[in-house]
Amino acid sequence: MLEILWRSLAVSGTAVLLGVLVGLPVGVAVGLGRFRGRQLAVALIHTGFALPPVVVGLLVYMVLSRAGPAGHLELLFSAPAMVLAQTLLAAPYVAGITLAAVQSVPTDVRLQARALGASSGRALWAHLREARLGLGAAVVAGFGAVISEVGAVMLVGGNIRGETRVLTTAIVLETRRGNFALALALGFLLLAIAFAVNLALTRIQQGGRHQPWAAASSERPWA
Amino acid sequence: MSHRIDPCRRAVARESGTGRAGARPRRTLLRAAALALPLLACGGGGQPPTELILASTTSTEDSGLLDVLLPAFARAHPEHRLKLVAVGTGQALTLGERGDADVLLVHAAAAEAAFVAAGHGLERRPVMHNEFVLLGPPEDPARAASTPHVAAALARVAAAEAPFVSRGDDSGTHKKELELWMAAGVEPPAGGWYLEVGQGMADALSVATERAAYVLADRATFLSMRGLLDLVIVVEGDERLFNPYGVIPVAGARNAAGARAFADWITGAEAQRLIGDFGVARWGAPLFVPDALPTTAG
Repeated sequence: MLEILWRSLAVSGTAVLLGVLVGLPVGVAVGLGRFRGRQLAVALIHTGFALPPVVVGLLVYMVLSRAGPAGHLELLFSAPAMVLAQTLLAAPYVAGITLAAVQSVPTDVRLQARALGASSGRALWAHLREARLGLGAAVVAGFGAVISEVGAVMLVGGNIRGETRVLTTAIVLETRRGNFALALALGFLLLAIAFAVNLALTRIQQGGRHQPWAAASSERPWA
Repeated sequence: MSHRIDPCRRAVARESGTGRAGARPRRTLLRAAALALPLLACGGGGQPPTELILASTTSTEDSGLLDVLLPAFARAHPEHRLKLVAVGTGQALTLGERGDADVLLVHAAAAEAAFVAAGHGLERRPVMHNEFVLLGPPEDPARAASTPHVAAALARVAAAEAPFVSRGDDSGTHKKELELWMAAGVEPPAGGWYLEVGQGMADALSVATERAAYVLADRATFLSMRGLLDLVIVVEGDERLFNPYGVIPVAGARNAAGARAFADWITGAEAQRLIGDFGVARWGAPLFVPDALPTTAG
């Protein structure tokens, strides 16, 4: 049980990390950039919210299958395959909420920084600092999306005991077996984990403030 | 025979060697995942046993049978690290066809024969069977229990237009049911008395209890839910109700030796005894009947 819980956290945590590495730059670029096809890019990212996990799982399966283009990697039915699928699911969430967060910061933050002599890199950094509440929300949303999904990890992980079984696939198995009580217990465990992780992320996000819950609304109405 | 490298180590080695410039995001992702996570997939160093992937149906995993069989196989063949992927029958066959599984344990006689005939499998060997049972309300309004033949019983249900619950989900049980209707000369069943629920076995049984309907079920699920149901066995033991499982080593399997070893083992004396004993302690009756050795019967 502990081992399943740990694997859930490791797989989804890594996937969110990788999703941030991909989604954050994309979200910032689309949110602040001015280029042709930008609206299309925004629409595509938001469409990613609706990606059915089982479809992403199927695509990753086709790629990693022995008969697929990346079959030689022999990653199917392994934890890295699950991470890959969940990364693809998390990235649109991170990108979409990042782009909303950076857009909601008034542009004069960057203009002021520039006027005060900051390099464009430093100015961007100042902008991101202002958007950090929203960026934290992006991570939270990405994590919530992948820790609770079952379609993709079931397909590319195979729910192999001791190897690729995570909380959600264990819940499906126990439900099929008719062990409803155990399945429900695992579900509550998953919620407890999500709560603990979110609490930790919120602490980081609201870092050092005395009134973390009030801060967002009173000081930064745009966040 | 097993000069395979540990798949994880191989993946990492390959990936770190391909530092092509301008890699597309997907390749980068793949590489990041492959590099970042060897610790998750691989325990430690040493000489790892060869990985062997068994694709089987959810029924074998859900019943708990494989919880008994797999550890026994691991003791008999420590050189193979068996990984079970429990999926639908159709998906299991596709996994075999694409070479993603080494050996299959499934129950779909016609599809299995086609699979072997198409050259995807080396052979199909009988392993065991379980049994479907026709269930109905204790009052038996269609008097279906008056015949030992399931086809005749179904014909009576149809003639009486007594409520019948169908899985309606294209599962093995659903396919079996349609086959039996055809044998009963009632095809396709139609009318208000025929309820397609499109759900799993447990849900279908609950609906049948609520509606006082007849329903076709596998004995294992019925036994495990008996206490919650107001249904009794109407017909059992008809050969048409048998649900045979076969083992198929996949042609060109990644771990061909392991596939062969598993097929030999599960049709051997030890596994056949385990299959025959499974469920007796808990349900008072075996859930599966071993088929591989003629002497194990009885």
